[in-house]
Amino acid sequence: MQLEQALPELLIKIADDELIIGHRNSEWTGLGPVMEEDIAFSSMAQDKIGHAWALYRILQEHFNGSDPDQFAFMREAADFKCCHLTEMPISSYDFSLMRHFLFDHAETVRYQSFSQSSFTPLQQLAAKIKGELKYHTLHADAWILQLCTAGAESRGRMQQALDNCFQLAGGIFEPGEAETLLIDEKVYPGEAALYQQWLNNISPVIEKAGLTIPAMTAPVYGGRKGQHTEHLQQLLNEMGEVFRLDPEATW
Amino acid sequence: MNESLDPRVNRLRLNNSDGSFSIEEGENWNVFEVFHQEKRGAHHEHVGCVHAPDANLALIFAKEQFGRRKKCVNLWVVRSADILAFDLEDEDMFANNPDKTYRDASGFKVMEKINKFKAQSK
Repeated sequence: MQLEQALPELLIKIADDELIIGHRNSEWTGLGPVMEEDIAFSSMAQDKIGHAWALYRILQEHFNGSDPDQFAFMREAADFKCCHLTEMPISSYDFSLMRHFLFDHAETVRYQSFSQSSFTPLQQLAAKIKGELKYHTLHADAWILQLCTAGAESRGRMQQALDNCFQLAGGIFEPGEAETLLIDEKVYPGEAALYQQWLNNISPVIEKAGLTIPAMTAPVYGGRKGQHTEHLQQLLNEMGEVFRLDPEATW
Repeated sequence: MNESLDPRVNRLRLNNSDGSFSIEEGENWNVFEVFHQEKRGAHHEHVGCVHAPDANLALIFAKEQFGRRKKCVNLWVVRSADILAFDLEDEDMFANNPDKTYRDASGFKVMEKINKFKAQSK
């Protein structure tokens, strides 16, 4: 595989993760546990969708890709490369918060590696969103610590949420086909390296929260190959409902 | 107990020095006043409040509540219950201020001199 195919493959999977988790988290808008948190969580969901848009723009500008809106709203589920973690329904707030914690630390590690990427557009994007990601992980860490020190029931539910999310989170790091090429070309250090760094970053928080980190026995792969749960199609139907009424409309 | 109309704020009772009002840690979420700084070196200005279980989360909430639009470089949060204010009925301490115009900074007409100097040095 050439770099001209390998790079878009990398961009699409990251962008799809961002779009789908952004949409999922936005489902909490108006339903958040308190008003302040509702606004914070909704803002961060917007940020994720912004990151997806920026990556789709890179695809459009550098790889002759389609218009970001068309690309986001008109594809079928099998053409999406998001991991299963992002497409799962929001469930209860403990699940959504734990997903936010695990995903955003992974995202941070990924963009930190992009800040040294040989592919300049990724390097620029990493610099631009550095502050946003700093806030996202600050928010996630604070909530994890808050809820894990708020009594036995609360901590029990957070442990359950971690157990439910952990193998799914392993799917973020499903290796791609052109991994070696991307590593050799210094685009990024590859999924295995990112996974290790992610584990190093989340472990102290999880430990401080008094939770037990499960073993990564069966990471949920398949998303990067276009294999998804039934939840993704439902999400796409809802997300693109208005857009598909008139795909050529200008907003 | 605090008899203030605004239960978030302690007010100094000039002729009554009973113990002040307090909220026990963790008893309930506290209200925090938020101060916004537009650029480095500028004053932090009061913009509103958030409620949160502790100062950390208050700051995190304040960031999206009051720092998500336009320019902002920093925020402060202060537990509302830690603010000491005058009682409403003691407003009369300030009543004669409008008469004391000799204290107004507008009495110093330096801008004219500065402008004159600038014009001369051109």
